[in-house]
Amino acid sequence: MSLRLQARRLACERDDRWLFRDLDLEIRAGEILRVEGPNGSGKTTLLKILSGQLMDHEGEVLWNGAPLRRARRDFLANLLYLGHAPGVKTALTPLENLAWYQALAGERGDEPTRLAALERFGLAGFEDLPAAQLSAGQQRRVALARLELTPRPLWVLDEPFTAIDRDGVIALEARLEAHTERGGGVLVTTHHELRASTRLRRLALGEGGGDVEG
Amino acid sequence: MWAFLHKLGSPRSFYAITERWLPPLWLAAVALILVGGVWGLAFAPADYQQGNSFRIIYVHVPAAFLAQSIFVTMAVAGLVFMVWKIKLADMAAAMMAPLGAGMTFVALFSGAVWGVPTWGTWWQWDARLTSMLILLFLYIGVIALRGAFASRDGGARAASVLAMVGVINIPIIKFSVDWWYTLHQTASFSITEKPAMPASMWLPLLLMVLGFYAFFIAVTLTRTRSEILRRESSKRWVRELIEEGH
Amino acid sequence: MSKAESRTAPLPEAGEASVGLAIAWRATLHRDLMLRLRRPGEVLNPLAFFALVITLFPIGISPAASLLATIAPGLLWVAALLAALLSLDGVFRDDAEDGSLEQLLLSPQPLSVLALAKVAAHWLLTGLPLALMAPLLGVMLSLPAGSYGVLALSLALGSASLSLIGAIGAALTVGVARGGVLLSLLVLPLYIPVLVFGAGAVQAAIQGGNVAAHLAILGALLAAALIFSPFAIAAALRISLNG
Repeated sequence: MSLRLQARRLACERDDRWLFRDLDLEIRAGEILRVEGPNGSGKTTLLKILSGQLMDHEGEVLWNGAPLRRARRDFLANLLYLGHAPGVKTALTPLENLAWYQALAGERGDEPTRLAALERFGLAGFEDLPAAQLSAGQQRRVALARLELTPRPLWVLDEPFTAIDRDGVIALEARLEAHTERGGGVLVTTHHELRASTRLRRLALGEGGGDVEG
Repeated sequence: MWAFLHKLGSPRSFYAITERWLPPLWLAAVALILVGGVWGLAFAPADYQQGNSFRIIYVHVPAAFLAQSIFVTMAVAGLVFMVWKIKLADMAAAMMAPLGAGMTFVALFSGAVWGVPTWGTWWQWDARLTSMLILLFLYIGVIALRGAFASRDGGARAASVLAMVGVINIPIIKFSVDWWYTLHQTASFSITEKPAMPASMWLPLLLMVLGFYAFFIAVTLTRTRSEILRRESSKRWVRELIEEGH
Repeated sequence: MSKAESRTAPLPEAGEASVGLAIAWRATLHRDLMLRLRRPGEVLNPLAFFALVITLFPIGISPAASLLATIAPGLLWVAALLAALLSLDGVFRDDAEDGSLEQLLLSPQPLSVLALAKVAAHWLLTGLPLALMAPLLGVMLSLPAGSYGVLALSLALGSASLSLIGAIGAALTVGVARGGVLLSLLVLPLYIPVLVFGAGAVQAAIQGGNVAAHLAILGALLAAALIFSPFAIAAALRISLNG
């Protein structure tokens, strides 16, 4: 069973305005699909539909051939979604934040793996500080550490490069590449220009529809 | 039957179909309320205990019936909207909410007026009036929640959920208020007590109740139709309709 | 990382799934308790509010013990209800603002069950302390002897229902800016049955009425709230977060 997320004739209307119509797309193992478009073109809405959060749309979303509605549990067990807000509790330490996310996935987890994940994202030494004392970029890194911590084949990332410094951007970009090389799939929106690669495809959202390139 | 209901679910055919229903509905509402009202207020015999003050039931009872029915209808419309995603159901729910709140207020006000000759005060914590007051708060909550959302669709869904939660709670609230009232009963008369009535008293009441229901359906249809035009004003069929001069 | 990770995980067996759910449930409860305890003000403020409101009544009405004793059950219940309501707005709002509510919705575990863990945390650190504190304030209102146990028990039972019902309102208003007043408007009418039987239980204890019947109905209300409200909360959270 390999990963395959498809959308067929997707259309979304918000308060009498069509964000997009007749959108067909597919994410397979080993691919990065970058969704592009100006502000307000529906990038986040599209990501929310494709991650099963928004169900008020026309058209179908299929996970490995089955409608998302029916395959929801299986889909969510294979999805890692990082939204606009990092989802990091400022009153908790990075370690405690990660522990909750691990438990939310139904895994007991252990501290050494959490520590290792934080270290990989340059947070060694910060693991026991309340996240309120971390910078915005560091808080974002705590959220990104989940990419390491909970291996899920499908990543859906909404502006993951926000607030990250230059080295962090390069490392994250490499991580996306590595994930696809191992057979994972990535759906990402970003204003940051991703390095061209054979694995990268683009989807441009604009006025009332989308075009998939190469 | 199903095909007809399905057709009725689309705003455009709903608009066309209900156009023929409106005149008879309005006519029935006006005729029933006029006949029932004149009969009840002028010709029905006076109550042997309460005298003429009992005649307030010709307004109070239909308004109270309607207040409760509209809340239930609103919750059912909310369910239809949530399950089958029929936007028309939500439009109707949004349009009937203020009418329901108004009817609740009429029931409360007429109950208060009835209290003056009966209890000697404008307000008595009577079980039925207390339940009505709580119902008014429930209506205000649903209307306020819908208005508080920035997105119309979000407000519609939230109001539907609240109406459904409310409708599950109404019987529980009624039961608890009745329980509370029997523990603390103070008034000798209650507006809930229904003595046996002769036909000359209850027939006009029946006409009034039917008239109020016809009025409710007519108002809701009329308001829903104009809401359809407002929400679908960008669609071609509405523009054509306007050009035809309707 | 191993090759296996590139493949999608098979759906866990039923037994495994319930273990996973138990882990997620306990972790969510633990997290919410920890978050509240790290800001002790959030736990103590409702208690201080409760005591303060109770202090206002003798000042506003009369310090006569006989008068206070007759209205004490109702006053204590209404004040506790308002104190519990005060902290309700934050149950989902903080999580919605920092994005962790979104993550809760995306957990493979059923949302209604996880939301129940958050409500349980709210009750453990709001309703339960209020119930334990109420007898103390009862003394200040000359509550007749013999009703103190019933007061605490009825509040403990009733406040659990209040947390459950209130969480529906909190979930519905989480997307609304400054939704606090709106929340009270939505939730207070639904609180009336709990108030009737809660205050009624204390009255019954004073007047020698049937306490068990009142407590039984409070228990039934709690059972009904436990069954229905998780679904309403889950539906409301989905609506609030995603329009």
